[in-house]
Amino acid sequence: MVKSQTLVLDRTFAALSDPTRRALLARLDEEDSVSISELARPFPVSLPAIMKHLDVLEDAGLITREKTGRTVNCQLIAQPMQEAVAWLNRYERFWNKQLDRLTAFVERDQPPTKKARKK
Amino acid sequence: MTKPSLTIRRRIKASPEKLFRAWTDPANIRQWWGPDDGPVLHAEADLRVGGAFRVKFRMLDGDEHECGGTYREIVPNEKLIFTWQWLSDADEVETLVTVLLQPDGDGTAMTFTHAQFQDEKTRDGHQAGWSGSFDKLERAFGAP
Repeated sequence: MVKSQTLVLDRTFAALSDPTRRALLARLDEEDSVSISELARPFPVSLPAIMKHLDVLEDAGLITREKTGRTVNCQLIAQPMQEAVAWLNRYERFWNKQLDRLTAFVERDQPPTKKARKK
Repeated sequence: MTKPSLTIRRRIKASPEKLFRAWTDPANIRQWWGPDDGPVLHAEADLRVGGAFRVKFRMLDGDEHECGGTYREIVPNEKLIFTWQWLSDADEVETLVTVLLQPDGDGTAMTFTHAQFQDEKTRDGHQAGWSGSFDKLERAFGAP
């Protein structure tokens, strides 16, 4: 993994670690392009607070903002998130296999008392 | 603030002592380390806080991999925390592995966690249970 990818991963994870930001992303996953005021509507926080969250998401490369006339629309960019998901998937596969082997190893030779008790 | 992390819980029919040895004693590590039946080529573990471990193994496809890290916290038979890195991939970000062992009847409840480090950039957020939403994200964006 090259350094720039590592940075992207850090930023993605940081951006995703907030529930409001995840909710914003989930909304953008459902609709291709949503205006900022429309995005902010379901949240019990101020518009500037939502703008700040959108800044974080944009810095992490998770969304783009586009001005059309007087409205600003946001769009989702899925690629950095796919890298984060790939990191977790890779390690999930690796550790599950490792822990299968660990389990088999430590369970292989139980003290004789256990066997006697089973019978 | 929670960074995304991987948690695996298992109930294992062996004592915490035996599991702790399996994680930390090179002769034991040789017996199981690696994701397939390929051999462990080298295992060393300097079991003290700040001490290093490294394990090199060959997989059945012939590929060799080496991982290692530094012990951060050691409570014999209960808790082990170490940093983790693929030594064969110098650019990979260092991460943190936690192994918790709790006696459970005649066996052990093992909780394994592999996580990214917390950093200052992420301190301004809220406490978030990441893994639940992660499933949703995974469904939304698709696993490779």
